[in-house]
Amino acid sequence: MKPASVLIIGSGPIIIGQAAEFDYAGTQACKAMREEGVRSILVNSNPATIMTDLDVADAVYVEPLTVAVLERIIARERPEGLLPTLGGQTGLNLAVELAKAGILEKYNVRLLGTPLEAIRRAEDRELFRDMLAKLGEPVLESEICVTLDECVAAAEKIGLPVVVRPAYTLGGTGGGMAFTMEQLRTVAAGGLAASPITQVLVEKNLLGWKEVEYEVMRDGGGNCITICNMENFDPMGVHTGDSIVVAPSQTLSDKDYQMLRSAALRIIDELGIEGGCNVQFSLAPRKDVRDWQGDPNEPLPYHVIEVNPRVSRSSALASKATGYPIARVAAKIACGKRLHEISNAVTRKTTAAFEPALDYCVVKIPRWPFDKFALGDRTLGTQMKATGEVMAIDRSFEAALNKAVRSLEVGGRSLLWEKPEWRTGAPLPLHATDERLWALMAALRQGAETMDLAHQTNGVDPWFIERLRNIVAMEKRLLTEPLLPDLLRAAKRHGFSDEMVGQLADRLPEQIRAQRHEWGIRPVYKMVDTCAAEFDAATPYFYSTYETENEATPESGAGAVVIGSGPIRIGQGIEFDYASVHAAWALQTAGLRSIMVNSNPETVSTDFDTSDRLYFEPLDEESIRDIIENEGGDGDELPASIVQFGGQTAINLAGPLRRAGLPIIGSSAESIDTAEDRRLFERFLQGLGIPQPPGAAIMDIEEAMKTAQAIGYPVLVRPSYVLGGRAMEIVQNATELVTFVAAAAEAAQGKPILIDKFLEGSEVEVDAICDGETVLIPGIMEHIERAGVHSGDSMAVYPPVHLDADERQTIVDYTRRIVLGLGAIGLTNIQYVVLPRKEGEPARVFVLEVNPRASRTVPFLSKVTGVPMVQLAVSAMLGRKLKDQGYPDGAWPERNLVAVKAPVFSMSKLTGVDTYLGPEMKSTGEVMGIDRTFEAAVAKALIAADMALKPNAAILLSISDRTKTDALPLIRLLSEAGYRLYATEGTSTMIEALGLEVTSVTKRLSGSHPNVVDVIMEGTVQGVINTSENRYTGSLRDGFHIRRAAAEKRIPCFTSIDTARAAIQALANPSEYEVETLREYVG
Amino acid sequence: MSDALLVLADGSVFPGQSVGAQGTADGEVVFNTSMTGYQEMLTDPSYAGQLLTLTYPLIGNYGMDERVEESSRIQPAGLIVREAAVAPSHIRSHRTLRDYLAERGVVAIEGVDTRAVTRRIRQHGVMPGTITTAETVEEALARLRKLADYDGVNWVETVTTDRVFDWSIPPGEGRYRVALLDGGVKRNILRSLESRRCSVRVFPAETPAEDLLRMHPDGIVLSPGPGDPRQLDGMAGEVGKLIGKVPVLGICLGHQLAARALGAGTFKLPFGHRGGNHPVQDTLTGHVTITAQNHGYAVDPDHLDPAAYVSHINLNDQTVEGIALKTEPLMTIQYHSEACPGPLDNAYIFDRFVEMIATVRGGVSA
Repeated sequence: MKPASVLIIGSGPIIIGQAAEFDYAGTQACKAMREEGVRSILVNSNPATIMTDLDVADAVYVEPLTVAVLERIIARERPEGLLPTLGGQTGLNLAVELAKAGILEKYNVRLLGTPLEAIRRAEDRELFRDMLAKLGEPVLESEICVTLDECVAAAEKIGLPVVVRPAYTLGGTGGGMAFTMEQLRTVAAGGLAASPITQVLVEKNLLGWKEVEYEVMRDGGGNCITICNMENFDPMGVHTGDSIVVAPSQTLSDKDYQMLRSAALRIIDELGIEGGCNVQFSLAPRKDVRDWQGDPNEPLPYHVIEVNPRVSRSSALASKATGYPIARVAAKIACGKRLHEISNAVTRKTTAAFEPALDYCVVKIPRWPFDKFALGDRTLGTQMKATGEVMAIDRSFEAALNKAVRSLEVGGRSLLWEKPEWRTGAPLPLHATDERLWALMAALRQGAETMDLAHQTNGVDPWFIERLRNIVAMEKRLLTEPLLPDLLRAAKRHGFSDEMVGQLADRLPEQIRAQRHEWGIRPVYKMVDTCAAEFDAATPYFYSTYETENEATPESGAGAVVIGSGPIRIGQGIEFDYASVHAAWALQTAGLRSIMVNSNPETVSTDFDTSDRLYFEPLDEESIRDIIENEGGDGDELPASIVQFGGQTAINLAGPLRRAGLPIIGSSAESIDTAEDRRLFERFLQGLGIPQPPGAAIMDIEEAMKTAQAIGYPVLVRPSYVLGGRAMEIVQNATELVTFVAAAAEAAQGKPILIDKFLEGSEVEVDAICDGETVLIPGIMEHIERAGVHSGDSMAVYPPVHLDADERQTIVDYTRRIVLGLGAIGLTNIQYVVLPRKEGEPARVFVLEVNPRASRTVPFLSKVTGVPMVQLAVSAMLGRKLKDQGYPDGAWPERNLVAVKAPVFSMSKLTGVDTYLGPEMKSTGEVMGIDRTFEAAVAKALIAADMALKPNAAILLSISDRTKTDALPLIRLLSEAGYRLYATEGTSTMIEALGLEVTSVTKRLSGSHPNVVDVIMEGTVQGVINTSENRYTGSLRDGFHIRRAAAEKRIPCFTSIDTARAAIQALANPSEYEVETLREYVG
Repeated sequence: MSDALLVLADGSVFPGQSVGAQGTADGEVVFNTSMTGYQEMLTDPSYAGQLLTLTYPLIGNYGMDERVEESSRIQPAGLIVREAAVAPSHIRSHRTLRDYLAERGVVAIEGVDTRAVTRRIRQHGVMPGTITTAETVEEALARLRKLADYDGVNWVETVTTDRVFDWSIPPGEGRYRVALLDGGVKRNILRSLESRRCSVRVFPAETPAEDLLRMHPDGIVLSPGPGDPRQLDGMAGEVGKLIGKVPVLGICLGHQLAARALGAGTFKLPFGHRGGNHPVQDTLTGHVTITAQNHGYAVDPDHLDPAAYVSHINLNDQTVEGIALKTEPLMTIQYHSEACPGPLDNAYIFDRFVEMIATVRGGVSA
């Protein structure tokens, strides 16, 4: 039964809807395989994952996730089994394709865990309905219709109200709700017209019904258990990934709870699931919230909405919410174990056959990207838009909610935040958007009635609204009553941060903290133990609360606190979780206790066995200081903090920790300041004689104008101390400058704005490790796009292809001097721009940016160079010298390989967002192409990023005047490679002038068809190359619509000539690519 | 602001706020880890004489609905919670938990670190305690020292029916006639039998076996109930006279009494099994189900009649969860197949009981 070896398919790059949760699941599965003595073979195209570390699986392939590649891996490795349910929908789809293609059969690979038949029955609409009908489970009634008459008939059969959903339209446009037959005719006619295949789904309208999920498991022996149920704050209609979620359910009676639990177990038993599964239900709401047909004295009506026969975002959340390691148990079930044969890693006494009991409340809030995409459509619906999520645990809903909001890290926004216009009578957005929670709070402050809000929100349960009212009531008390111990304690029990209390009671946060300590009001830490304290558990997983008994008592032995990176967001992705996890492991290797703090339930870092202690907490000053004080106990020895690995979130805490007199290991807060403070940094570089683009830090528009005038346009405008190039722009003239300085000022929150001369050259990035004496440079990465595209959105290649020896030497030299000069201990990331030069001239290298912390490229570079960068950085921080560990001072020898990192975007999911690449980061994830040649590596990266153009494809070109000269060789290349060219008017004139064949396409607003958008939407072209004159002219311009259409249609769209050229070159010479393990490549 | 105290016999004190009635309530302090079903628990007669701590912190969220009550009154002496909801929300809710407790004169406390209470009990075992709005810590402790030992009280006589009555389907109209010996029955046992078309006659706990047999029952159910089965040797003796004569289903206390009648002993668990998440394995099939549990004592199978065998075990601590006779129609379970609260996975036990009756009656399964 137990296989000797198993292939595990990862989920690929982080995109909206598929984030770090699958790294967590895959890593757990690999560990479980090792425990079972099964050889694990892992494939994933995402290098920023823990699962692709050399020592997590027995064989690691960082290769594109395609059937062709997987077949080659299977042929090489001959795994006995394939575990398809841990890599999200990507992994599942690939497994299905492998089976369909006969590859599993050919190589005699057994599909482990949930059988394919069960997957089909869960995912195929008709089979799913048949299965539910067989069980007598209520299915959501719907009909596929292609004519208006069919729509009317369907609505009559289903009963009004109904939702009409057109098939294959952009962002769900063209559909709508119908409450009367008249409305139905209008909506259905519109929907049929909007659908390119004239097809709509007429579905029963469950708007306002409760949405409830169950995470359930079944083993091969038919034993079924529930891990957790979860209730959505947002009723039906909002994607569960975009909903605020509580665990366990709050408004379900035992009868409701057990009814749905039994239904979920019946379903997985019928399907024959072997592993984890997620079942989503809609449950009838209160009749005074939304009326429905039926007797409320009977069991409440419900529908089975969806079944996911695999681990998912919800199962990661359920694992963290309960402490029950779903992926680990699922992997063991796949190996043939029964639930009661699997030990409970939490209690170490009982088995996996039980149901977790929670003695706390968990709140999850999605992290949306609208702080970066101000123009994006904020409406939440069936298409998920969040990039990540936070979770908070406490003993009351109010406290868990407040802590979750603190964890979001959206501009320091607490629940007290209100949009300025809300106070001046603007209507509150109570429909589903990312701001609804705050709008509800504002409405309550304005005196709104609970039932009115329940109606205006289309069914947020009054229970939740009343809980928000409790928070508002506490705000009022803090505003009006004297701050006495009972009130302060009550506020803390409601989850109010010191900052919120201070804001309301008119004190500084530090004064509140001092007052708390004087009155003995400190948080205690309680354990997440799966069993509500019924058994003496061994898990070191804690959350803070204001209660009496503290369970996280200080332990002997020195330790250090690793500050994690919080929710996955654009600009701060899974790379930082990778670094945090390695930091924890490095501490353990060095014999120290690792104490992890993080707020993100998707990640490996918040797996309870990653560190010696896990605090699931917001990453703000108050919470970190409380944890440090708790770890210190009554003694004077406080553990030091490591702020280098958790991205900007962690590094931003360096200052507050220093001011609080708390120790930091690694680069000091001073050296961090030197790197981040424009003036200090300028002086520092001048002292070293290292050039940087001229510029200045400014505070207002007048200074900005003067500076720009002096250094000359184009200039780069950006706020200091923010991540991911937020509000960063390349500005061509004074008019633009005014606009963007204003935007940058808002993002900078009172900190200076930087204005630099924009130098157009090749961008180069370096990560270095320093122990105070020597500097190790594991590798240099060259960006394929010229400077101006955010480094996180650039394709990067290791080793560099265009730099000569002089330039490399200069970069190594500058890096050493900067790092040593800063006194940076641990990791530093430096970005350079290298300008073209005449022969004989010295190298022209300028420093763009220095980040005294682990960067986004650390996992990529660690993997391709074989240098354990985080481990070395931590040991350097702890005082071990690099040379004693056998590492040279200077550049690490280049490996015999080429690795290309390519960004991956989630633009099809974010309507209204321009996909044009610029200095502000937009990608959500990355993939790596690794091979022996540049072309093969680029080709693999493009394939993995879903950016590969098919041979002989038709391509639409729309090239701005500024880039036309650069585009000439590219156009020739395209033509020679056999691509068929379509072009906008100006561009086609240019192509014709080259004597090449081209089809001219008219402008969007010309009135004739097919226009530029039509040729994309109708599938005439399969790729787009579009460079923009100036993207700020916004959505009136064709460029925006061309790029949006390409995103919606999910076809490759290159907005940089450089990327396009690299892509065409690589794809034009389809040299055979290799499929090897990471270890084989790195050597 | 504290206006109520929870005082445990070991001297630990948990200040909180009074909800429900004013006054003082004594009892053995126990905890239940179910996250839903507070009203079912509050009306479960097996909590007689106990102060019930609920480990889930938010209690009363979905309000109160008399239709889910498992008996006609609140059974535990008092209730200990982290938070009793002020504003519940549910389509079937008629009142708040706070009002429900107050109307019924039950003393309760909120604002307590219930996890700390639970850990204390887990570490030191169940112990007497008091919830008081009237006494000082010293007064409470002094009184607790004089309190009668929970194990020494016959709690069944405080909850059993004082007269014989028929539940729902009159005798003769059901498919089978079932006699139920009431040690503290939960209504869903009666409903579960009713839905299987059994007419059920409920008898007081002290009813002699011959009185039960006089109605010529097709089957007998021994109900759950509170307290130490060692206080109930008389009942166990009568149960012994029933075994082998008619099909018998014993649940919880009923299981313990049947086991004692078959020679087994019972012992007190350090802190009981109370919750809706206990894994129980069928020793014949190996199948595992999740069960609802509420018991403070367990069967020691050492001296069990060799004609009987352990049919179910608890996977957490390997204690006996069910026994059966190899050749006679007897099945007993320590857990609660009637759920309410808890998982519905074990309702099949009632089906088996009815099948057992059918088999005994000559394989006629209507």
